[in-house]
Amino acid sequence: MLRRWLPFPLLTAALILTWLLLNESLSPGAILLGTLLALIVSRLVVRFEIPRSRIIRPISALKLACNVLVEIVRSNNAVARIILMPNKRYRSGFVLIPLDMRNPYGLTLLACIITATPGTLWVEFDSKEHAMLLHVLDLIDEDEWRRIIKERYEKRLMEIFE
Amino acid sequence: MSIPVLNVPGWAAGVTAVLLLLGSGLAFTGCLGLLRLSRFYDRMHAPTLGTTLGIGSVLIASMLFFSVLQARPVLHEILIAILMVVTTPITLTLLARAALYRDRSEDDPDVPPMIGKQRMHSLQEGEVFVQEEEQDRGQALLDE
Amino acid sequence: MMATFLSWSIMISQILLALAMACASYRVLWGPRAQDRVLALDTLYVNASILLLTFGIRTGSNLYFDAALIIALLGFVSTAALAKFLMRGEVIE
Repeated sequence: MLRRWLPFPLLTAALILTWLLLNESLSPGAILLGTLLALIVSRLVVRFEIPRSRIIRPISALKLACNVLVEIVRSNNAVARIILMPNKRYRSGFVLIPLDMRNPYGLTLLACIITATPGTLWVEFDSKEHAMLLHVLDLIDEDEWRRIIKERYEKRLMEIFE
Repeated sequence: MSIPVLNVPGWAAGVTAVLLLLGSGLAFTGCLGLLRLSRFYDRMHAPTLGTTLGIGSVLIASMLFFSVLQARPVLHEILIAILMVVTTPITLTLLARAALYRDRSEDDPDVPPMIGKQRMHSLQEGEVFVQEEEQDRGQALLDE
Repeated sequence: MMATFLSWSIMISQILLALAMACASYRVLWGPRAQDRVLALDTLYVNASILLLTFGIRTGSNLYFDAALIIALLGFVSTAALAKFLMRGEVIE
């Protein structure tokens, strides 16, 4: 019964929260309508046959989020410096990185983190070779970047999801 | 200039002003990069400045300003932040793949071949395609 | 004192955003290739959204927020569709 009405509890909660934020009210009517809509929508979403997964370690997920935030601020600074200093030399390029992660949610989150960080861009992923192509704006050392992606993000995402 | 600005206490006005300047400065820097960087794949990094910290600080400024002005928590700016966090990576990776596809179909030598084919071209893992900055290329020609 | 600082900084940030949109428009109009134009259009949408937020702060009106949200949404959808079009030559397969 619970499984039937709440197939994705996190999604339902997020939808209710979105509804309340959009309405900017905590009145019983808004909560009731939001809950109803969220329940209906999350039941309809089952039809998309989304692969199931869950976050095993919420605390390390939170830690990773904080790290990503710090990293975004740092690389904002770095990229702004490259753009604003006309004489600054930089070398951009592609790096091929083999991945060990197989969880689709982990891979999606990795792509989002890499692309959201200025200076790095997830360009392509090959599901047969399990490798990704990364474009880096300020590529100093290729092996360094492969190590950063694997150690800083992939290992911890695997911890969170697998 | 406008009336609502005057109704806000000094500290909130100051923080809002600094956040606004930071956000719009970053957005401007991003667009300047769009104009100035020389290759397409480099230019793709530039707008990320505006879509991460740029719009983020403007949203925080707006949240703070309206919360103080209306004396109640105004949090709906979080929706735009969530939207940006979810959508920007999708559009950018889609666009990068489209650009890569177009460049490959034109046999652009600066672009790496498909990942599956790289093995056939006896390319080792971790090998990179690096393009020096245009100025360096010009310098190298001069040196010769 | 702080109120004048705020109204000046709102004006400065609006000018900066207008300049940013001008830079992006250059790429939309003269970008050497189609992907440049699409990237610049996406940036233009984001900047328009930020600009609307600053207008909201300037006038103290909540109305601009909804416009900013909708522009951000439209920007995502149109850029995704255009990127898909660049890759395959058609949007819906």
